Amino acid sequence: MKLLNISSPHATRPLSTADVMRTVILALIPGIIALTYFFGPGHLIQIAIAGTTAIICEALVLKLRKRPIGFYLKDYSALLTAILLALSLPPYAPYWVTIIASGFAIIVAKHLYGGLGQNPFNPAMVGFALVLVSFPLPMTTSWSAPSELLSNSISFGDAFTAIFSSREAIDAFTMATPLDEYKHQVAISTADEILSNPLFKGAQHSQILLAWEWVSLGFLLGGLYLIWKKIFTWHIPASLLVALFLCSSILGWDNDSYVPLTLHMLGGATILGAFFIATDPVSASTTHLGKIIYGAGIGILIYVIRTWGAYPDAVAFAVLLMNFAAPFIDQYTQPRTYGHKKAIRGLAKKD
Amino acid sequence: MDLITLHKFDGGIHPPQNKDQSTRLPIATAKLPEKLVLPIAQHIGAQSKPVVTLGDTVLKGQVIAEAQGFVSANLHAPSSGKITAIEERVIAHPSGMRDICIEITLDGQDTWCEVEGIDNYLEAQPQTLINKIQASGITGLGGASFPTHVKASADPSKIDTLIINAAECEPYITSDDMLMREQANGIIKGIEILVRIIQPKRCLIGVEDNKPEAIAALKDALKHFNDNTFNIQVVTIPTKYPSGGEKQLIEILTGKEVPAGGLPSDIGMVCQNVGTCFAIYKAVSKGEPLISRVTTITGEACNQPQNFEVLLGTPVSHLLELAQTNASKVHRLIMGGPMMGFTLEDTSTPIVKASNCIIASSKKELPDPAMEQACIRCGMCTEACPAQLLPQQLYWFSKSSNLEQAEAHNIADCIECGACAYVCPSNIPLVQYYRHTKGEIKQANADKQKSDRAKERFEARLARQEREAAEKEAKRKARAEAAAKKQAEKKAAEANAPATSEPAASAPSADLELLQKKLDASQAAIKKTKEKIAAAQEAGDTEKAELLDGALKKAQEKMKEAAKAIAEAKKAAKAAPASTASDMEMTPERMQNKVDLAQSRLVTAQKRLEEAMNTNSDKVEMLKVAVEKQQVRVEEAKQALIDFNNTPVTQASQQAADVEQLKKKVLAAQTRVDKAQERLEMAKEQNLDTLSAFETGLEKQQTKLEEAKKALAEANL
Repeated sequence: MKLLNISSPHATRPLSTADVMRTVILALIPGIIALTYFFGPGHLIQIAIAGTTAIICEALVLKLRKRPIGFYLKDYSALLTAILLALSLPPYAPYWVTIIASGFAIIVAKHLYGGLGQNPFNPAMVGFALVLVSFPLPMTTSWSAPSELLSNSISFGDAFTAIFSSREAIDAFTMATPLDEYKHQVAISTADEILSNPLFKGAQHSQILLAWEWVSLGFLLGGLYLIWKKIFTWHIPASLLVALFLCSSILGWDNDSYVPLTLHMLGGATILGAFFIATDPVSASTTHLGKIIYGAGIGILIYVIRTWGAYPDAVAFAVLLMNFAAPFIDQYTQPRTYGHKKAIRGLAKKD
Repeated sequence: MDLITLHKFDGGIHPPQNKDQSTRLPIATAKLPEKLVLPIAQHIGAQSKPVVTLGDTVLKGQVIAEAQGFVSANLHAPSSGKITAIEERVIAHPSGMRDICIEITLDGQDTWCEVEGIDNYLEAQPQTLINKIQASGITGLGGASFPTHVKASADPSKIDTLIINAAECEPYITSDDMLMREQANGIIKGIEILVRIIQPKRCLIGVEDNKPEAIAALKDALKHFNDNTFNIQVVTIPTKYPSGGEKQLIEILTGKEVPAGGLPSDIGMVCQNVGTCFAIYKAVSKGEPLISRVTTITGEACNQPQNFEVLLGTPVSHLLELAQTNASKVHRLIMGGPMMGFTLEDTSTPIVKASNCIIASSKKELPDPAMEQACIRCGMCTEACPAQLLPQQLYWFSKSSNLEQAEAHNIADCIECGACAYVCPSNIPLVQYYRHTKGEIKQANADKQKSDRAKERFEARLARQEREAAEKEAKRKARAEAAAKKQAEKKAAEANAPATSEPAASAPSADLELLQKKLDASQAAIKKTKEKIAAAQEAGDTEKAELLDGALKKAQEKMKEAAKAIAEAKKAAKAAPASTASDMEMTPERMQNKVDLAQSRLVTAQKRLEEAMNTNSDKVEMLKVAVEKQQVRVEEAKQALIDFNNTPVTQASQQAADVEQLKKKVLAAQTRVDKAQERLEMAKEQNLDTLSAFETGLEKQQTKLEEAKKALAEANL
């Protein structure tokens, strides 16, 4: 008998990294469906562009690093980063914006730090922040109008053209996002005036927020599915949403002066950020208490940047700022080990 | 009986149990193998010492190795036969190392020696029961093999809960389950004995809920055999790995935590395995020592997986045969469970007191581990850890060999249960990293202690050397001052003989002192080295012993040289004073005396030789040599005298001295002559018979006087 000599444990769970990534991608599907239904096929094309760029860039870097390409690509992590990035970008952003964002995310934010598991910053958000700051015009004028408000729904051909070639006809179906709209109008109009904009009300039923509420619901379902599957814990999404809720209701109770609560919670990338972006395990905090602090920090920063910052949506910046703090938070929120009286705070002191 | 509120411990996993395969059949008694191989170190604590020799015939239950000290255990022969070897064999250890084992070739008769239980053991004194347990070599059968009598000797006033570990949380293992199903009465009786010894306020038997038959059997036995004098309860706990870990079980049943680095007895708990309780019952009531245990043989490669009652020392190959194992299918052979067991490479490895399971798995059942991927910091390991550690951080520190941080993050509290590695999606062998780092930390601490000690000794040595140098300086100064003083004194009083003797004598004596010191030092070093060799040999460290042997030889050579040097120095010292003394005070008379002395010695030596030759004794040779030596000495003395008399200086000084002496002699001779004359006259008056004698006496004295006068006259010339 040729016997294997190896250390315990001898049994392992069949879950692999690729399984985890695939499950997350699966959980995004309801949200993607909602986005496509309400905002046209833009996001799908963006996913395709970002995905392809990501995989090619990763393969290129792995070749340079002399690593086995197949082994590393099949953990689906590059694809997941690309999809999250594509969902954060405006659906009709030019193709080169997407390519730059995706390439930067994979090459600089991920591989330059050492590859999977070594990046201190969320790669998708790094790519997003780069193009947001570098190309403000395409980034702010490429958001889609909800199809309900358009006379003709956006066809695949239109979308394709808008993204890849001529952007002349784009005004036909782009519009500011609700967050953007409210934020810019709140200085000059009252709440009622702003809210009379059909962007904020459904045409037929009494909806809270046109289109975006369904998108948020889609992502919420996906997020709850992942918590049930124990891919990540409830700490970050819960603390993020609670912090945002509290900030918005306490500080921004006056709808005439501030963006209202419902808009904060359901508009923009809040739900997507809470369940899919802030929970990126590599760049987030790892201890339970740490996750609560991390999530709450992101929630507060989202509110602050949205209200007093220059940008209408702040999830990316909030996440990146808390990524800086994550290692420090980890060191000071360690759990108390069995048998010890107190938890350790900070790193061990050197003699 | 009050209901127990169950607590939970953080973490834990639910691996597939795989217990059904081995519970279909009852426990079978394994048929006797040909040989049994019994390692003498099957327990925590000092190794036991064999008390049998090759060729001895032993009976079943006879002591073959005795415990060394309190934390140690006896070893008994599991069956009757002959001792055919006491040598190193492969033992049940993850490293596959070898250690001293006693091999018994069985005679197949399985004859018991005389054993005696304790009647009415429930009324016996606790110490009697403890002694019986100790004599029977009982150690924990749950896997750690800690000597049971040590645990049972806990101070009863400090213990309030006795916990019986019947959880058996690891997959595949069913030995405790089957034992409970079949021997519940014996187990309860064993628990009663423990309760009688330890006298806790309550006793909780923790069983996982995946063993309904065992729970029923225990509850039944409790009803019939225990009259509730002892507060024993069966508590069903939810199935989760690792609830059977001592620390986790205590937390589940009582909510208390064992302090880090401490023992359960620190919080008033004692934990024993259910199998150990059954062994205690057999030992106390029937006097049967620990010679067998129930072991599960399972795995896909076994065609008939089941539990066997196995004699200790049975080779694993025998058991695999009994379970009808398909040898070609076995890909991984594990002793223990799939989470914490270790792989075996040699199937001749014997079953020991801690072997609760053998898994002969196929490749499909426990596939080869996939390649390790990058850690994605998902935190699933933290969710699974039952000790509330941060396995992820420990992994990063282990990987970068950051030993201080790993120690600070409590890597020592890791119970190596394997739950973290089980859940890791990146297939990282976390437990292997922690084991490696724990070893590195231990090594680093040992090195640090060694280097601290070496530093201490070095500094002490430097201090001592400085002190000695200072003392030498002081001495030298004092001596120099004294010498200067004496020099001044001597110059003032110019004596006859040059004052060369002192420095000459002191020089050899100083050298002598130094050499003597050297000799003493080397003798001390030899003694120390011999002690070290003895210690190394006892510890079985042959390499060290050899090195020390070489050092010892060198030291002995040095000692010989030192002794030689001393002998030479002594000779020189002897010769110097002798020669200087002779220069100073030697007179012809003294030299003549020396010659005479040497001659008389020669005569005696010759006489002795004659006697020896007459009696044909053994000493003839020796005496011949002695005679020759004496002859040589006589010649030397004569020669010295001649030389002395021929040296002009001495002659001149002698002449001067002689004159004085001769004058003295003349005076003395004169006095004697006068006295002789007086005596003669007295005799003449008294008319004594001895008159003639007096007359001759007088004549002699007169001749002497004449001679002296003559010599004086010559000298004055």
